Amino acid sequence: MQAMVYRGPYKIRVEEKDIPRIEHPNDAIVRVVLAAICGSDLHLYHGMMPDTRIGTTFGHEFIGVVEEVGSSVQRLKRGDRVMVPFNVYCGSCYFCARGLYSNCHNVNPNATAVGGIYGYSHTTGGYDGAQAEFVRVPFADVGPQVIPDWMADEDAVLLTDALATGYFAAQLGDIVEGDTVVVFGAGPVGLYAARSAWLMGAGRVIVIDHLEYRLAKAREFAYAETVNFAELDDVVLEMKRQTDYLGADVVIDAAGAEADGSLLQQVTSAKLKLQGGSPTALNWAIDSVRKGGTVSVAGAYGPVFSAVKFGDAMNKGLTLRMNQTPVKRQWPRLFEHIQQGYFRPSDIVTHRIPLEHIADGYHLFSAKLDDCIKVLVRPGA
Amino acid sequence: MTDVNRPYVADKPALLPTGEELRARIPGWGADLDRKDRPSYPRERFDPGATGAHWEFPERQEETYPRERSIEHGILPPVFGTVAPLHGLSGLLRSTAYKRYSEARLAHWLLLIAGDRVEAAGAHLRSTMSLHPDDPVTETGVRTERVDIERAAIRSRRADTSHRWIDPLLVAGPWVITGWIGYRIVRSLLGRR
Repeated sequence: MQAMVYRGPYKIRVEEKDIPRIEHPNDAIVRVVLAAICGSDLHLYHGMMPDTRIGTTFGHEFIGVVEEVGSSVQRLKRGDRVMVPFNVYCGSCYFCARGLYSNCHNVNPNATAVGGIYGYSHTTGGYDGAQAEFVRVPFADVGPQVIPDWMADEDAVLLTDALATGYFAAQLGDIVEGDTVVVFGAGPVGLYAARSAWLMGAGRVIVIDHLEYRLAKAREFAYAETVNFAELDDVVLEMKRQTDYLGADVVIDAAGAEADGSLLQQVTSAKLKLQGGSPTALNWAIDSVRKGGTVSVAGAYGPVFSAVKFGDAMNKGLTLRMNQTPVKRQWPRLFEHIQQGYFRPSDIVTHRIPLEHIADGYHLFSAKLDDCIKVLVRPGA
Repeated sequence: MTDVNRPYVADKPALLPTGEELRARIPGWGADLDRKDRPSYPRERFDPGATGAHWEFPERQEETYPRERSIEHGILPPVFGTVAPLHGLSGLLRSTAYKRYSEARLAHWLLLIAGDRVEAAGAHLRSTMSLHPDDPVTETGVRTERVDIERAAIRSRRADTSHRWIDPLLVAGPWVITGWIGYRIVRSLLGRR
């Protein structure tokens, strides 16, 4: 089969690989119909995630058709059209039994601090991802779900991570009616988080980024006010001014490990890998939120330490909430919202490319060229 | 005192605009207003029957090669990925990281990162000598640059332009330096003969 293969930092190519095989009785093999490139794939692409091995296939946002099932699979059959959460999880461990699907303890030998994720280095279990023609899906009775007939493929693939994560990030903010919500990062997760904040009753939503075309999308898709931090000397001061010097009630970090805005943080993390991530957006979030407020972290960071302004967080009495998203918990309600017509997830998709041109997709997304927001990848196109 | 406002006084800010106005303007406003009725509330909700798992503990996947694991795990978890098993010098570094240090230790992660760099260097070297060498044009996506970067830079101020000048140096620099050191070593060895 054809698959995207990691060749080292900033280098990927499409290669012929063996079709994955059933390795566990509850495995399924899924023929990938549509995959996406996630912002967190860029951390792998840039060599930021420890134990990312040459030959690994990335890709944790995908839908497909069941090709083969293992002997103990009861809920899926060959030919089912399925959407698969980015979490690999068993459904039965201490954490899964409590709904913490993203923190499963039975699927990742390489680390206890993170669960299993498709195509996301050995630090998350060493699974191949779905930017390929086929992918192995462990625990087929637990994670995957048959896609409802009414749902479009492009909406379904966005539910497997980006939309669920944005929606979850807004929930972590514990938004109450009338809250001022600030979102750092106008990428896919930030756009969905801003849109979700309204569902939870926000009174005001402000999205901050440095890319004007993404801010335009935030105004159009997420009905948000926008601020371009590249045009400001001090974005935190601007947030104080805009909130009568109170600070925002809730701030969401939807930027994560490669946040721009501080040359020192960017170079020491994304380029020199001396930190687990550049916490520029997180530090701005801590300083922009009001005392007693909540910071929700949706951006991904690596396992090595990062220079976070923890003293400010402590002195301000903040609540910091975060996790990888337990995707499937979000689906029933999000299905309802999409059916109600509150929004169409695929409105943020800007690029659709065949698998064979995936290196171009990564570079477009990484360098933010051609007004890129979200790239979908179609194997066999 | 009329110009003194929150946070210096205790007044509750007015909801501007009102919920009704927002509901009329933004589809779905307030659909998840009740915090206790949101999908992730409460964070932990004990309900093992909700996941679809029909086992107390999953069957164990066959361990076809010695699978490395964090020493913070009491047992080898029953299911795991099998892509790219450990090999060579990078495998030795990674194996040491897993066998010797917990995830709490910086040495664990630094050894894993060292393993990544060693493996990448080996892959680059092997590729250069193979019939299918890496192609820096097609495999880096650099051909998508065209006029876009120039267009984007002109059109708006972007924070990432501040470090664009140093990026190629930081990304390609270590490879150039390593190549140069290698060249000097080979040259000095040949010179000695």
